[in-house]
Amino acid sequence: MPTREHLIYNPARECMSRDELRAWQGARLAETVKREYENVPMYRARMDDKGVKPEDIRSVEDLKYLPFMEKTDLRDYYPFDLLASPRSEIVRIHGSSGTTGKPIVSGYTANDVEVWSEMMARTLTAAGCTKEDIVHVSYGLGLFTGGFGAYQGANRIGAMVVPMSSGNTQRQIMMMKDLGSTILCCTPSYATYLGETIREMGLVPGRDLKLKAGCFGAEPWTEEMRLRIEELLGVDACDIYGLTEIAGPGVAFECLEKHGMHINEDHVIAEIINPATGEQLPYGESGELVFTTITKTGMPMMRYRTHDICTLTDEQCACGRTLARMGRITGRTDDMLVIRGVNVFPSQIETVLVSTHGVAPHYMLIVDRVNSSDTLEVQVELTEDMFGDTIGHMEAVRKHITNQIKSVVGIATKVSLVPPKSIPRSEGKAKRVIDKRKL
Amino acid sequence: MFIKQISVFLENKVGVLREVSELLGRANIDMMALAVADTQSFGIVRIIVKDHEIDPALDILRANGYIAKVNNVICAEVQDKPMGLASLLAIIEEAGLSVEYMYSFLRGSTGGRARMILRLSDGQKGLKVFDLHGIRVLEQAEIDAL
Ligand SMILES: [Zn+2]
Repeated sequence: MPTREHLIYNPARECMSRDELRAWQGARLAETVKREYENVPMYRARMDDKGVKPEDIRSVEDLKYLPFMEKTDLRDYYPFDLLASPRSEIVRIHGSSGTTGKPIVSGYTANDVEVWSEMMARTLTAAGCTKEDIVHVSYGLGLFTGGFGAYQGANRIGAMVVPMSSGNTQRQIMMMKDLGSTILCCTPSYATYLGETIREMGLVPGRDLKLKAGCFGAEPWTEEMRLRIEELLGVDACDIYGLTEIAGPGVAFECLEKHGMHINEDHVIAEIINPATGEQLPYGESGELVFTTITKTGMPMMRYRTHDICTLTDEQCACGRTLARMGRITGRTDDMLVIRGVNVFPSQIETVLVSTHGVAPHYMLIVDRVNSSDTLEVQVELTEDMFGDTIGHMEAVRKHITNQIKSVVGIATKVSLVPPKSIPRSEGKAKRVIDKRKL
Repeated sequence: MFIKQISVFLENKVGVLREVSELLGRANIDMMALAVADTQSFGIVRIIVKDHEIDPALDILRANGYIAKVNNVICAEVQDKPMGLASLLAIIEEAGLSVEYMYSFLRGSTGGRARMILRLSDGQKGLKVFDLHGIRVLEQAEIDAL
Protein backbone atom coordinates (compact mmCIF):
# COMPACT_ATOMS: atom_id res chain seq x y z
CA MET A 1 0.00 0.00 0.00
CA PRO A 2 1.37 3.41 -0.90
CA THR A 3 1.88 5.58 2.16
CA ARG A 4 0.96 8.72 0.20
CA GLU A 5 -0.24 9.91 -3.18
CA HIS A 6 2.24 9.29 -5.99
CA LEU A 7 2.34 11.08 -9.34
CA ILE A 8 3.90 9.21 -12.25
CA TYR A 9 4.92 11.03 -15.42
CA ASN A 10 5.00 8.08 -17.81
CA PRO A 11 3.20 5.10 -16.24
CA ALA A 12 3.44 3.03 -19.45
CA ARG A 13 7.24 3.04 -19.14
CA GLU A 14 7.76 3.46 -15.41
CA CYS A 15 5.35 0.69 -14.42
CA MET A 16 5.84 -1.95 -17.11
CA SER A 17 6.42 -5.53 -16.03
CA ARG A 18 10.02 -6.60 -15.47
CA ASP A 19 9.72 -9.10 -18.36
CA GLU A 20 8.45 -6.44 -20.70
CA LEU A 21 11.25 -4.15 -19.57
CA ARG A 22 13.94 -6.77 -20.17
CA ALA A 23 12.65 -7.40 -23.68
CA TRP A 24 12.65 -3.64 -24.35
CA GLN A 25 16.19 -3.30 -22.96
CA GLY A 26 17.50 -6.24 -25.02
CA ALA A 27 16.19 -4.78 -28.28
CA ARG A 28 17.57 -1.27 -27.56
CA LEU A 29 20.89 -2.67 -26.38
CA ALA A 30 21.34 -4.60 -29.65
CA GLU A 31 20.59 -1.46 -31.69
CA THR A 32 22.95 0.69 -29.62
CA VAL A 33 25.84 -1.78 -29.77
CA LYS A 34 25.44 -2.01 -33.55
CA ARG A 35 25.53 1.80 -33.79
CA GLU A 36 28.62 1.96 -31.58
CA TYR A 37 30.46 -0.76 -33.48
CA GLU A 38 29.72 0.80 -36.85
CA ASN A 39 30.43 4.43 -35.96
CA VAL A 40 33.07 4.55 -33.23
CA PRO A 41 36.51 3.10 -34.02
CA MET A 42 37.30 2.72 -30.33
CA TYR A 43 34.26 0.52 -29.68
CA ARG A 44 34.99 -1.55 -32.75
CA ALA A 45 38.61 -2.12 -31.65
CA ARG A 46 37.65 -3.03 -28.09
CA MET A 47 34.92 -5.43 -29.17
CA ASP A 48 37.20 -7.01 -31.77
CA ASP A 49 39.78 -7.45 -29.01
CA LYS A 50 37.26 -9.41 -26.98
CA GLY A 51 36.07 -11.30 -30.04
CA VAL A 52 32.53 -9.91 -29.70
CA LYS A 53 30.44 -8.98 -32.74
CA PRO A 54 27.29 -6.82 -32.59
CA GLU A 55 25.23 -9.88 -33.63
CA ASP A 56 26.32 -11.62 -30.41
CA ILE A 57 24.46 -9.06 -28.32
CA ARG A 58 20.76 -9.93 -28.40
CA SER A 59 19.54 -9.65 -24.82
CA VAL A 60 20.41 -8.09 -21.48
CA GLU A 61 22.14 -11.35 -20.53
CA ASP A 62 24.72 -10.70 -23.27
CA LEU A 63 25.82 -7.46 -21.65
CA LYS A 64 28.55 -9.27 -19.72
CA TYR A 65 30.48 -9.98 -22.95
CA LEU A 66 30.97 -6.27 -23.65
CA PRO A 67 34.06 -4.27 -22.64
CA PHE A 68 33.97 -1.60 -19.93
CA MET A 69 34.39 2.14 -20.42
CA GLU A 70 36.24 4.40 -18.03
CA LYS A 71 36.27 8.14 -17.45
CA THR A 72 39.83 8.18 -18.82
CA ASP A 73 38.42 7.04 -22.16
CA LEU A 74 36.46 10.29 -22.39
CA ARG A 75 39.68 12.19 -21.81
CA ASP A 76 41.67 10.12 -24.28
CA TYR A 77 39.05 10.53 -27.03
CA TYR A 78 38.25 14.16 -26.19
CA PRO A 79 36.31 15.90 -27.58
CA PHE A 80 34.55 14.15 -30.49
CA ASP A 81 36.14 10.76 -31.09
CA LEU A 82 33.40 8.85 -29.27
CA LEU A 83 30.50 10.33 -31.24
CA ALA A 84 28.24 7.70 -32.75
CA SER A 85 26.34 10.26 -34.88
CA PRO A 86 27.61 12.78 -37.42
CA ARG A 87 29.01 15.93 -35.82
CA SER A 88 26.21 17.97 -37.46
CA GLU A 89 23.58 15.99 -35.53
CA ILE A 90 25.04 17.13 -32.19
CA VAL A 91 22.96 19.99 -30.82
CA ARG A 92 24.45 20.38 -27.35
CA ILE A 93 27.62 19.91 -25.37
CA HIS A 94 27.83 19.41 -21.62
CA GLY A 95 30.77 18.46 -19.53
CA SER A 96 32.58 18.52 -16.25
CA SER A 97 35.97 19.90 -15.53
CA GLY A 98 37.23 17.40 -13.02
CA THR A 99 40.08 18.50 -10.82
CA THR A 100 43.00 17.93 -13.13
CA GLY A 101 43.77 18.29 -16.80
CA LYS A 102 41.31 18.39 -19.65
CA PRO A 103 37.57 18.50 -19.10
CA ILE A 104 35.39 15.67 -20.29
CA VAL A 105 32.54 16.49 -22.63
CA SER A 106 29.50 14.68 -23.88
CA GLY A 107 27.68 15.44 -27.16
CA TYR A 108 23.89 15.31 -27.27
CA THR A 109 21.71 14.83 -30.35
CA ALA A 110 18.18 16.27 -30.32
CA ASN A 111 17.05 12.76 -29.36
CA ASP A 112 19.45 12.69 -26.39
CA VAL A 113 18.20 16.05 -25.10
CA GLU A 114 14.66 14.61 -25.30
CA VAL A 115 15.66 11.42 -23.47
CA TRP A 116 17.27 13.46 -20.72
CA SER A 117 14.30 15.85 -20.49
CA GLU A 118 12.01 12.84 -20.09
CA MET A 119 14.20 11.52 -17.26
CA MET A 120 14.05 14.84 -15.46
CA ALA A 121 10.30 15.21 -16.06
CA ARG A 122 9.84 11.85 -14.35
CA THR A 123 12.16 12.97 -11.55
CA LEU A 124 10.26 16.18 -10.85
CA THR A 125 6.86 14.48 -11.16
CA ALA A 126 7.94 11.84 -8.63
CA ALA A 127 8.64 14.67 -6.17
CA GLY A 128 5.09 15.97 -6.74
CA CYS A 129 5.65 18.53 -9.50
CA THR A 130 2.79 19.30 -11.94
CA LYS A 131 1.96 21.97 -14.51
CA GLU A 132 0.72 24.14 -11.63
CA ASP A 133 4.11 24.26 -9.93
CA ILE A 134 6.88 26.86 -9.87
CA VAL A 135 10.31 25.28 -10.10
CA HIS A 136 13.20 27.23 -8.61
CA VAL A 137 16.48 26.05 -10.12
CA SER A 138 19.63 26.92 -8.14
CA TYR A 139 21.87 24.49 -9.98
CA GLY A 140 24.39 26.27 -12.18
CA LEU A 141 23.17 26.76 -15.73
CA GLY A 142 26.17 26.12 -17.92
CA LEU A 143 28.43 23.35 -19.07
CA PHE A 144 27.48 21.48 -15.89
CA THR A 145 24.30 19.46 -16.47
CA GLY A 146 22.46 20.31 -13.23
CA GLY A 147 20.74 23.54 -14.24
CA PHE A 148 19.79 22.56 -17.78
CA GLY A 149 18.50 19.19 -16.59
CA ALA A 150 16.06 20.72 -14.12
CA TYR A 151 15.05 23.41 -16.61
CA GLN A 152 14.28 20.91 -19.37
CA GLY A 153 12.39 18.55 -17.06
CA ALA A 154 10.17 21.34 -15.74
CA ASN A 155 9.64 22.58 -19.28
CA ARG A 156 8.51 19.14 -20.39
CA ILE A 157 5.92 19.06 -17.57
CA GLY A 158 4.79 22.59 -18.42
CA ALA A 159 5.64 23.95 -14.98
CA MET A 160 6.94 27.51 -14.52
CA VAL A 161 10.74 27.57 -14.35
CA VAL A 162 12.74 30.14 -12.41
CA PRO A 163 16.29 29.67 -13.74
CA MET A 164 18.18 31.33 -10.88
CA SER A 165 21.44 29.44 -11.33
CA SER A 166 23.80 29.58 -8.35
CA GLY A 167 24.88 32.44 -6.08
CA ASN A 168 23.37 35.49 -4.34
CA THR A 169 21.40 33.66 -1.69
CA GLN A 170 19.45 36.68 -0.39
CA ARG A 171 18.17 37.36 -3.89
CA GLN A 172 17.28 33.69 -4.40
CA ILE A 173 15.20 33.75 -1.23
CA MET A 174 13.49 37.00 -2.21
CA MET A 175 12.48 35.55 -5.58
CA MET A 176 11.36 32.31 -3.97
CA LYS A 177 9.13 34.28 -1.62
CA ASP A 178 7.76 36.76 -4.18
CA LEU A 179 7.00 34.18 -6.87
CA GLY A 180 5.81 31.50 -4.47
CA SER A 181 8.16 28.79 -5.73
CA THR A 182 6.98 25.30 -4.82
CA ILE A 183 9.80 23.04 -6.01
CA LEU A 184 13.51 23.56 -5.35
CA CYS A 185 16.35 22.03 -7.37
CA CYS A 186 19.89 22.41 -6.01
CA THR A 187 22.66 20.53 -4.22
CA PRO A 188 21.79 19.23 -0.73
CA SER A 189 24.50 21.40 0.82
CA TYR A 190 23.08 24.51 -0.83
CA ALA A 191 19.57 23.49 0.29
CA THR A 192 20.86 23.37 3.87
CA TYR A 193 22.52 26.75 3.48
CA LEU A 194 19.35 28.25 1.97
CA GLY A 195 17.30 26.80 4.83
CA GLU A 196 19.62 28.22 7.46
CA THR A 197 19.63 31.63 5.80
CA ILE A 198 15.84 31.62 5.51
CA ARG A 199 15.60 30.93 9.26
CA GLU A 200 18.14 33.64 10.06
CA MET A 201 16.07 36.09 8.05
CA GLY A 202 13.14 35.23 10.29
CA LEU A 203 11.13 33.70 7.45
CA VAL A 204 8.88 30.75 8.19
CA PRO A 205 8.44 28.06 5.53
CA GLY A 206 4.74 27.37 5.05
CA ARG A 207 3.88 30.97 5.95
CA ASP A 208 6.38 33.06 3.97
CA LEU A 209 7.46 30.38 1.51
CA LYS A 210 5.41 27.85 -0.45
CA LEU A 211 8.10 25.22 -1.07
CA LYS A 212 6.74 21.66 -0.89
CA ALA A 213 9.46 19.47 -2.34
CA GLY A 214 13.03 19.48 -3.58
CA CYS A 215 15.21 17.37 -5.88
CA PHE A 216 18.69 17.42 -4.43
CA GLY A 217 21.74 15.82 -5.99
CA ALA A 218 25.16 16.23 -7.62
CA GLU A 219 26.88 15.26 -4.38
CA PRO A 220 26.45 12.43 -1.89
CA TRP A 221 24.39 13.13 1.23
CA THR A 222 22.97 11.30 4.22
CA GLU A 223 19.63 10.55 5.90
CA GLU A 224 20.56 13.02 8.65
CA MET A 225 20.96 15.74 6.03
CA ARG A 226 17.58 14.81 4.56
CA LEU A 227 15.88 15.28 7.93
CA ARG A 228 17.66 18.57 8.48
CA ILE A 229 16.68 19.96 5.04
CA GLU A 230 13.09 18.78 5.44
CA GLU A 231 12.88 20.50 8.80
CA LEU A 232 14.57 23.73 7.68
CA LEU A 233 12.60 24.15 4.46
CA GLY A 234 9.40 22.27 5.26
CA VAL A 235 9.75 20.14 2.12
CA ASP A 236 9.96 16.54 0.97
CA ALA A 237 13.65 16.16 0.12
CA CYS A 238 14.22 13.69 -2.72
CA ASP A 239 17.60 12.37 -3.80
CA ILE A 240 18.56 12.33 -7.47
CA TYR A 241 21.52 10.78 -9.24
CA GLY A 242 23.09 11.40 -12.59
CA LEU A 243 26.26 11.94 -14.49
CA THR A 244 27.10 13.82 -17.64
CA GLU A 245 28.62 10.75 -19.28
CA ILE A 246 25.24 8.98 -19.12
CA ALA A 247 22.82 11.92 -19.52
CA GLY A 248 22.91 14.27 -16.56
CA PRO A 249 20.75 14.49 -13.43
CA GLY A 250 17.70 12.23 -13.53
CA VAL A 251 19.41 8.96 -14.46
CA ALA A 252 17.89 7.81 -11.15
CA PHE A 253 15.45 9.58 -8.84
CA GLU A 254 13.60 9.05 -5.60
CA CYS A 255 9.83 8.92 -5.34
CA LEU A 256 8.10 10.22 -2.21
CA GLU A 257 8.63 6.83 -0.55
CA LYS A 258 12.26 8.05 -0.23
CA HIS A 259 13.53 4.53 -0.22
CA GLY A 260 16.14 4.35 -2.95
CA MET A 261 16.34 5.96 -6.39
CA HIS A 262 14.37 4.53 -9.31
CA ILE A 263 16.63 4.04 -12.31
CA ASN A 264 15.25 5.05 -15.71
CA GLU A 265 15.82 1.54 -16.94
CA ASP A 266 14.09 1.98 -20.28
CA HIS A 267 16.99 4.32 -21.15
CA VAL A 268 19.90 2.83 -19.24
CA ILE A 269 20.83 -0.63 -17.98
CA ALA A 270 22.37 -0.69 -14.51
CA GLU A 271 24.72 -3.42 -13.30
CA ILE A 272 26.57 -3.97 -10.06
CA ILE A 273 30.00 -5.52 -10.49
CA ASN A 274 32.82 -6.63 -8.29
CA PRO A 275 35.25 -3.76 -8.89
CA ALA A 276 38.27 -6.02 -8.53
CA THR A 277 37.23 -8.71 -11.02
CA GLY A 278 34.59 -6.99 -13.17
CA GLU A 279 32.21 -9.89 -12.57
CA GLN A 280 28.46 -9.14 -12.31
CA LEU A 281 26.92 -9.34 -8.83
CA PRO A 282 23.29 -10.19 -8.02
CA TYR A 283 20.75 -7.64 -6.76
CA GLY A 284 21.26 -6.83 -3.11
CA GLU A 285 25.03 -7.12 -3.14
CA SER A 286 27.21 -4.08 -2.72
CA GLY A 287 29.57 -3.26 -5.57
CA GLU A 288 30.42 -0.82 -8.32
CA LEU A 289 27.60 0.73 -10.30
CA VAL A 290 27.94 0.40 -14.09
CA PHE A 291 25.65 2.03 -16.68
CA THR A 292 24.99 1.22 -20.32
CA THR A 293 22.91 3.70 -22.30
CA ILE A 294 20.43 2.12 -24.71
CA THR A 295 18.58 5.08 -26.26
CA LYS A 296 21.27 7.73 -26.67
CA THR A 297 22.58 8.33 -30.18
CA GLY A 298 25.15 11.13 -29.80
CA MET A 299 27.63 9.65 -27.40
CA PRO A 300 26.27 6.36 -26.12
CA MET A 301 28.14 4.67 -23.29
CA MET A 302 28.88 0.98 -23.09
CA ARG A 303 29.27 -0.45 -19.54
CA TYR A 304 30.50 2.84 -18.10
CA ARG A 305 32.16 2.34 -14.73
CA THR A 306 30.97 5.02 -12.28
CA HIS A 307 33.32 3.89 -9.47
CA ASP A 308 30.41 4.58 -7.12
CA ILE A 309 29.57 1.84 -4.64
CA CYS A 310 25.93 0.97 -3.95
CA THR A 311 23.35 -1.80 -4.10
CA LEU A 312 20.40 -2.40 -6.45
CA THR A 313 16.98 -3.84 -5.73
CA ASP A 314 14.15 -4.77 -8.08
CA GLU A 315 11.60 -5.21 -5.30
CA GLN A 316 8.33 -3.55 -6.18
CA CYS A 317 8.08 -0.03 -4.72
CA ALA A 318 4.93 1.15 -2.94
CA CYS A 319 4.66 4.01 -5.45
CA GLY A 320 3.71 1.58 -8.22
CA ARG A 321 6.86 1.93 -10.32
CA THR A 322 8.56 -1.27 -11.36
CA LEU A 323 11.86 0.46 -12.12
CA ALA A 324 14.68 -0.98 -10.01
CA ARG A 325 16.13 1.24 -7.29
CA MET A 326 19.70 2.04 -6.30
CA GLY A 327 20.65 2.71 -2.68
CA ARG A 328 22.68 5.64 -1.48
CA ILE A 329 26.27 5.80 -2.67
CA THR A 330 28.29 4.37 0.21
CA GLY A 331 31.78 4.91 -1.16
CA ARG A 332 34.12 5.03 -4.12
CA THR A 333 36.04 2.09 -5.53
CA ASP A 334 39.14 4.26 -5.48
CA ASP A 335 39.07 3.85 -1.70
CA MET A 336 38.60 0.09 -1.83
CA LEU A 337 41.11 -2.27 -0.26
CA VAL A 338 41.34 -5.92 -1.18
CA ILE A 339 42.36 -7.81 1.94
CA ARG A 340 42.73 -11.59 1.75
CA GLY A 341 40.45 -11.47 -1.28
CA VAL A 342 37.71 -9.51 0.51
CA ASN A 343 36.71 -6.02 -0.65
CA VAL A 344 36.93 -3.60 2.26
CA PHE A 345 35.84 0.04 2.22
CA PRO A 346 37.02 2.54 4.83
CA SER A 347 33.42 3.80 4.93
CA GLN A 348 32.27 0.41 6.29
CA ILE A 349 34.75 0.62 9.17
CA GLU A 350 33.64 4.19 9.81
CA THR A 351 30.01 3.06 9.99
CA VAL A 352 30.93 0.44 12.59
CA LEU A 353 32.80 2.99 14.70
CA VAL A 354 29.93 5.47 14.52
CA SER A 355 27.38 2.81 15.46
CA THR A 356 29.40 1.54 18.42
CA HIS A 357 30.31 4.94 19.84
CA GLY A 358 27.82 7.42 18.48
CA VAL A 359 30.49 9.64 16.99
CA ALA A 360 33.11 9.02 14.35
CA PRO A 361 36.44 8.78 16.12
CA HIS A 362 39.57 9.39 14.13
CA TYR A 363 40.91 6.17 12.74
CA MET A 364 43.57 4.84 10.43
CA LEU A 365 43.70 1.59 8.53
CA ILE A 366 47.10 0.00 8.18
CA VAL A 367 47.38 -2.78 5.65
CA ASP A 368 50.44 -4.98 5.55
CA ARG A 369 51.57 -8.36 4.35
CA VAL A 370 53.03 -10.69 6.93
CA ASN A 371 54.17 -14.19 5.90
CA SER A 372 52.43 -13.67 2.54
CA SER A 373 49.09 -13.03 4.23
CA ASP A 374 47.37 -9.63 4.32
CA THR A 375 46.81 -8.01 7.69
CA LEU A 376 44.58 -5.08 8.58
CA GLU A 377 45.16 -3.04 11.68
CA VAL A 378 42.49 -0.54 12.68
CA GLN A 379 43.87 2.23 14.87
CA VAL A 380 41.12 4.03 16.72
CA GLU A 381 41.70 7.19 18.69
CA LEU A 382 40.27 6.77 22.14
CA THR A 383 37.49 9.09 23.25
CA GLU A 384 36.63 9.80 26.87
CA ASP A 385 33.41 7.80 26.46
CA MET A 386 35.37 4.70 25.51
CA PHE A 387 37.88 4.98 28.33
CA GLY A 388 37.37 2.88 31.45
CA ASP A 389 39.55 2.46 34.47
CA THR A 390 40.39 -1.24 34.12
CA ILE A 391 42.31 -3.27 31.57
CA GLY A 392 39.25 -5.54 31.44
CA HIS A 393 37.04 -2.66 30.32
CA MET A 394 39.49 -1.54 27.65
CA GLU A 395 39.85 -5.06 26.32
CA ALA A 396 36.06 -5.35 26.16
CA VAL A 397 35.85 -2.13 24.13
CA ARG A 398 38.54 -3.40 21.77
CA LYS A 399 36.89 -6.79 21.41
CA HIS A 400 33.49 -5.25 20.73
CA ILE A 401 34.87 -3.14 17.88
CA THR A 402 36.79 -6.14 16.51
CA ASN A 403 33.65 -8.29 16.52
CA GLN A 404 31.50 -5.60 14.92
CA ILE A 405 34.01 -5.09 12.10
CA LYS A 406 34.20 -8.83 11.60
CA SER A 407 30.44 -9.11 11.27
CA VAL A 408 30.07 -6.13 8.92
CA VAL A 409 33.19 -6.45 6.78
CA GLY A 410 33.74 -10.19 7.15
CA ILE A 411 37.40 -10.22 8.01
CA ALA A 412 39.45 -10.41 11.19
CA THR A 413 41.32 -7.24 12.08
CA LYS A 414 43.66 -6.11 14.79
CA VAL A 415 42.07 -3.16 16.59
CA SER A 416 44.41 -0.84 18.49
CA LEU A 417 43.24 1.91 20.78
CA VAL A 418 45.52 4.91 20.52
CA PRO A 419 45.62 8.23 22.39
CA PRO A 420 43.72 11.25 21.09
CA LYS A 421 45.41 13.29 18.36
CA SER A 422 48.03 10.60 17.78
CA ILE A 423 46.77 9.93 14.25
CA PRO A 424 48.15 12.58 11.90
CA ARG A 425 45.57 15.07 10.63
CA SER A 426 45.64 16.12 7.03
CA GLU A 427 44.16 19.19 5.46
CA GLY A 428 41.23 18.51 3.19
CA LYS A 429 40.26 14.91 2.61
CA ALA A 430 41.35 12.77 5.54
CA LYS A 431 43.91 10.13 4.80
CA ARG A 432 42.50 6.93 6.26
CA VAL A 433 44.69 4.22 4.81
CA ILE A 434 48.34 3.29 4.86
CA ASP A 435 48.93 0.37 2.55
CA LYS A 436 52.41 -0.94 3.30
CA ARG A 437 52.01 -3.67 0.68
CA LYS A 438 52.58 -1.07 -2.01
CA LEU A 439 55.67 0.45 -0.40
CA MET B 1 33.80 5.93 52.14
CA PHE B 2 35.47 5.97 48.78
CA ILE B 3 38.30 8.26 47.81
CA LYS B 4 38.92 9.72 44.38
CA GLN B 5 41.46 8.48 41.89
CA ILE B 6 42.55 9.80 38.50
CA SER B 7 43.04 7.26 35.69
CA VAL B 8 44.97 8.18 32.57
CA PHE B 9 45.20 6.29 29.30
CA LEU B 10 48.79 5.82 28.12
CA GLU B 11 50.26 4.72 24.89
CA ASN B 12 52.68 1.88 25.47
CA LYS B 13 55.86 3.69 24.53
CA VAL B 14 58.97 5.09 26.08
CA GLY B 15 58.64 8.40 27.89
CA VAL B 16 54.90 8.75 28.38
CA LEU B 17 54.95 7.97 32.08
CA ARG B 18 57.79 10.44 32.55
CA GLU B 19 55.80 13.06 30.70
CA VAL B 20 52.74 12.56 32.89
CA SER B 21 54.91 12.80 36.02
CA GLU B 22 56.61 15.92 34.73
CA LEU B 23 53.35 17.62 33.75
CA LEU B 24 51.93 17.09 37.23
CA GLY B 25 55.22 17.78 38.98
CA ARG B 26 55.74 21.11 37.23
CA ALA B 27 52.27 22.16 38.37
CA ASN B 28 53.29 21.26 41.91
CA ILE B 29 50.73 18.49 42.10
CA ASP B 30 51.73 15.98 44.72
CA MET B 31 51.25 12.37 43.69
CA MET B 32 50.50 10.44 46.86
CA ALA B 33 50.03 7.10 45.21
CA LEU B 34 50.62 5.85 41.72
CA ALA B 35 50.33 2.57 39.86
CA VAL B 36 50.75 1.53 36.25
CA ALA B 37 48.91 -1.29 34.56
CA ASP B 38 49.91 -2.21 31.06
CA THR B 39 49.19 -4.54 28.22
CA GLN B 40 51.20 -5.05 25.06
CA SER B 41 49.54 -2.11 23.37
CA PHE B 42 48.46 0.39 26.03
CA GLY B 43 48.63 1.23 29.69
CA ILE B 44 46.58 2.89 32.41
CA VAL B 45 48.22 4.95 35.10
CA ARG B 46 46.25 5.51 38.32
CA ILE B 47 47.05 8.43 40.57
CA ILE B 48 45.88 9.66 43.97
CA VAL B 49 46.18 13.39 44.64
CA LYS B 50 44.58 15.70 47.19
CA ASP B 51 40.96 16.62 46.42
CA HIS B 52 41.66 20.25 45.51
CA GLU B 53 44.39 19.15 43.08
CA ILE B 54 42.13 16.83 41.10
CA ASP B 55 40.62 19.44 38.76
CA PRO B 56 43.93 21.19 38.03
CA ALA B 57 45.51 17.79 37.33
CA LEU B 58 42.71 16.83 34.92
CA ASP B 59 42.97 20.19 33.14
CA ILE B 60 46.72 19.83 32.61
CA LEU B 61 46.44 16.25 31.39
CA ARG B 62 43.56 16.97 29.00
CA ALA B 63 45.24 20.09 27.70
CA ASN B 64 48.18 17.90 26.76
CA GLY B 65 46.00 15.46 24.88
CA TYR B 66 45.59 12.76 27.51
CA ILE B 67 42.35 10.96 28.21
CA ALA B 68 41.77 11.09 31.97
CA LYS B 69 38.85 10.25 34.21
CA VAL B 70 38.05 10.34 37.93
CA ASN B 71 36.71 7.26 39.67
CA ASN B 72 36.10 5.88 43.15
CA VAL B 73 38.43 3.51 44.96
CA ILE B 74 38.87 2.32 48.55
CA CYS B 75 41.87 3.20 50.67
CA ALA B 76 42.23 0.60 53.42
CA GLU B 77 44.80 0.21 56.16
CA VAL B 78 46.56 -3.07 56.79
CA GLN B 79 49.08 -4.05 59.43
CA ASP B 80 52.57 -3.47 58.08
CA LYS B 81 53.89 -6.92 59.02
CA PRO B 82 54.00 -10.43 57.55
CA MET B 83 50.48 -11.68 56.76
CA GLY B 84 49.02 -8.17 57.09
CA LEU B 85 48.00 -7.99 53.43
CA ALA B 86 47.14 -11.70 53.30
CA SER B 87 44.54 -11.32 56.03
CA LEU B 88 42.91 -8.39 54.20
CA LEU B 89 42.75 -10.43 51.01
CA ALA B 90 41.29 -13.38 52.93
CA ILE B 91 38.44 -11.17 54.15
CA ILE B 92 37.77 -9.99 50.57
CA GLU B 93 37.79 -13.51 49.24
CA GLU B 94 35.55 -14.82 51.99
CA ALA B 95 32.98 -12.14 51.13
CA GLY B 96 32.90 -13.44 47.57
CA LEU B 97 34.50 -10.30 46.19
CA SER B 98 37.42 -10.01 43.83
CA VAL B 99 40.21 -7.47 43.54
CA GLU B 100 40.24 -5.74 40.17
CA TYR B 101 43.45 -3.98 41.07
CA MET B 102 45.39 -2.92 44.12
CA TYR B 103 48.45 -0.83 44.86
CA SER B 104 50.07 0.79 47.85
CA PHE B 105 50.55 4.37 48.94
CA LEU B 106 53.86 6.03 48.09
CA ARG B 107 54.01 7.57 51.55
CA GLY B 108 55.68 5.12 53.91
CA SER B 109 53.71 3.36 56.57
CA THR B 110 52.85 5.12 59.78
CA GLY B 111 52.40 3.57 63.19
CA GLY B 112 52.93 0.08 61.86
CA ARG B 113 50.16 0.44 59.30
CA ALA B 114 50.35 0.47 55.50
CA ARG B 115 47.72 1.95 53.20
CA MET B 116 46.41 0.06 50.21
CA ILE B 117 44.31 1.41 47.32
CA LEU B 118 41.79 -1.12 46.07
CA ARG B 119 39.19 -1.47 43.42
CA LEU B 120 36.87 -4.37 44.16
CA SER B 121 34.28 -6.09 42.01
CA ASP B 122 31.64 -4.52 44.30
CA GLY B 123 32.97 -1.47 46.12
CA GLN B 124 29.88 -0.79 48.27
CA LYS B 125 29.84 -4.33 49.57
CA GLY B 126 33.59 -4.11 50.18
CA LEU B 127 33.12 -1.07 52.41
CA LYS B 128 30.51 -2.94 54.49
CA VAL B 129 32.69 -6.02 54.82
CA PHE B 130 35.69 -3.94 55.91
CA ASP B 131 33.55 -2.17 58.44
CA LEU B 132 32.35 -5.50 59.80
CA HIS B 133 35.90 -6.76 60.21
CA GLY B 134 37.20 -3.57 61.74
CA ILE B 135 39.42 -2.70 58.76
CA ARG B 136 40.01 1.03 58.81
CA VAL B 137 39.13 2.85 55.60
CA LEU B 138 40.46 6.35 54.95
CA GLU B 139 38.15 9.21 53.96
CA GLN B 140 39.04 11.76 51.30
CA ALA B 141 39.49 14.40 54.02
CA GLU B 142 42.12 12.27 55.71
CA ILE B 143 44.00 11.89 52.42
CA ASP B 144 43.84 15.65 51.92
CA ALA B 145 45.31 16.19 55.38
CA LEU B 146 48.24 13.82 54.87
ZN1 LIG C 1 8.91 4.41 -5.72
